[in-house]
Amino acid sequence: MWSWGSVIGETRAADIRSLAACPLRTYQHQDYGRMTFLEKYKDEIADILSRYPVMRSALIPLLYVAQRDQGYVTESAMQEIAHLLRLTPPQVYETITFYTMFNLKPVGKFHIQVCKSLMCALVGSDTVIEWINLKLGIASGESTADGLFSLSVVECLAACGTGPMMQINEDYYEQLTEGKLDQILADLRSTGTSPLKSGPFMWPEPAPAERDA
Amino acid sequence: MPKHELILLKNMMQPGYTGSLTDYEKTGGYQALRNTLGKIAPADVTTIVRKSGLRGRGGAGFPTGVKWGFLPKDYQGPRYLCCNADESEPGTFKDRQLMERDPHQVLEGIVLACYAIGSETAYIYIRGEMVLGSKILEQAIGEARVAGYIGKNILGTGITVDVWVHRGAGAYICGEETALLESLEGKRGLPRIKPPFPATHGLYNKPTVVNNVETLANLPHIITRGPDWFAAIGSPPKSTGTRVFCVSGHVKRPGNYEVPMGMTVRELVYEYAGGMRSDKPMKAFIPGGASAPFLTPAHLDVKLDFEHVAAAGSMLGSGGVTVMEEGTSMVWAALRLMEFFYHESCGKCSPCREGSSWLVQTMRRILAKRGRMEDLETLLDLCKNIAGRTVCAFGDAEVAPIQSTLKHWRQEYVDLINEAEAANLIRPEPVGRH
Repeated sequence: MWSWGSVIGETRAADIRSLAACPLRTYQHQDYGRMTFLEKYKDEIADILSRYPVMRSALIPLLYVAQRDQGYVTESAMQEIAHLLRLTPPQVYETITFYTMFNLKPVGKFHIQVCKSLMCALVGSDTVIEWINLKLGIASGESTADGLFSLSVVECLAACGTGPMMQINEDYYEQLTEGKLDQILADLRSTGTSPLKSGPFMWPEPAPAERDA
Repeated sequence: MPKHELILLKNMMQPGYTGSLTDYEKTGGYQALRNTLGKIAPADVTTIVRKSGLRGRGGAGFPTGVKWGFLPKDYQGPRYLCCNADESEPGTFKDRQLMERDPHQVLEGIVLACYAIGSETAYIYIRGEMVLGSKILEQAIGEARVAGYIGKNILGTGITVDVWVHRGAGAYICGEETALLESLEGKRGLPRIKPPFPATHGLYNKPTVVNNVETLANLPHIITRGPDWFAAIGSPPKSTGTRVFCVSGHVKRPGNYEVPMGMTVRELVYEYAGGMRSDKPMKAFIPGGASAPFLTPAHLDVKLDFEHVAAAGSMLGSGGVTVMEEGTSMVWAALRLMEFFYHESCGKCSPCREGSSWLVQTMRRILAKRGRMEDLETLLDLCKNIAGRTVCAFGDAEVAPIQSTLKHWRQEYVDLINEAEAANLIRPEPVGRH
């Protein structure tokens, strides 16, 4: 039945229910095996949709779900999301291309992003980029042949007091030195994670003497 | 070391403080919420905040209570609160610490603000890169929901406030409040033309308030200890309270320092941040993040509050103090910031979109020693035609590094150009798109 809700894209309980019934087979694609993207993540998608009164708001969170699945956002996922949110595919595409954190092409398993803005550059981020260039043999925008590492040089990541710094996938690594960088790369190769990543941020950390004061 | 009382960073400075709900309650957390909901009228909360003189900590410094007062009083539909956690100004990293170390302090502020403006839904727009921060906030919201501080019927008062974390996706412009709202609606983050202001036509065209993380984190303390206590801190009457300054660059101990407003830059840099990292003296500093014009050591005794920094020809902005030592090329520094602005221009307004590209190209040419003397006039002319001619304040911000370095260190530009002319590189390289 036609309603204004469908025009402005209001989130309705019926949409979330119909999602659970998996109505979409149109965009079935090999990326998700025999399932569509929406079927694979239907619970999570229903949870995200329930947060917003207008469906389009769920676009960026849904694109994150799609990116987590494949490492980048596939075209079929974009089409499914467009269908679900009642958007045209260009509306999804214009949004995704505005934001730098979405990959439209496959990237390495570990996506290294080094900050090169002024505050990090003052304390040596250009040297860090050179180290990575030499150690991994890749320049910005390239991936290693084994598909493990990709390098991007990015703008400020809000860790200016603890530069030079980089982000690898979801984790921050701060106050980089050459030894620390070697250790991180070795850890990632062997275990897929590194204990050198930042925890909850606090800098400067209170020194014991200050605590007593 | 702190010679004054800490407000926002007090909890996290205690040994063993984890930021969990139990820890926060032990330090008196959520007492402000208990004493406010259903006991003080929402309009009175707004009055308290207005009296305290609290000003927005995100950059513009607009009085928070006044901002809340702009919401239409008789509007019946939903209203929204958006917590601006997009912290993407180069030089600023305070919100990250406030959210990751003491998330409940921020959440309590959010619920109090929602109560004051009559909103039942709050979105925390956190920048996409801060994955850890968003996880910590999600977890804290879960804890608070179980304890009955967030959700339906909070503490049995019948008041509903739902808080959701919404991750951005890496766009600096989404820290601008109308761009943030566009982004939250699932669109490209292009700033809206104002008026209408978000107070009447904000998220989904409903009345909306957008407040910075640090602003909201101040609220529980203002409610508990009263507006007069808060208004006496700092440099009243215009700049009250403390400010978390983020010191970065060539100093011994960079980091977040919470100090009362009105402290001099000299004291902040030399006493708190430990002074310069080497024996080289200071050459320049930025007092308020990348958008603020550079200042020289002659301005070291400028008081860090909204009025005094503005009088010195810069702005307090987001509180990111970046220090540069002698030997740093100011042309290079301005170019680095300019490249940032070029990358982050959203492309809505032509002066900013095209101008930032021309500025970067001209600056690169000067730095590559292929510049011409008339390039300096070109730079100033471009700056003049960008500032004030765009929808949002981004246009004013992006010309700040070039205008201020040209004002204070024009000789460095001239030297580079003279070198170019001496080397007989008269014909500059054709400048193309990079």
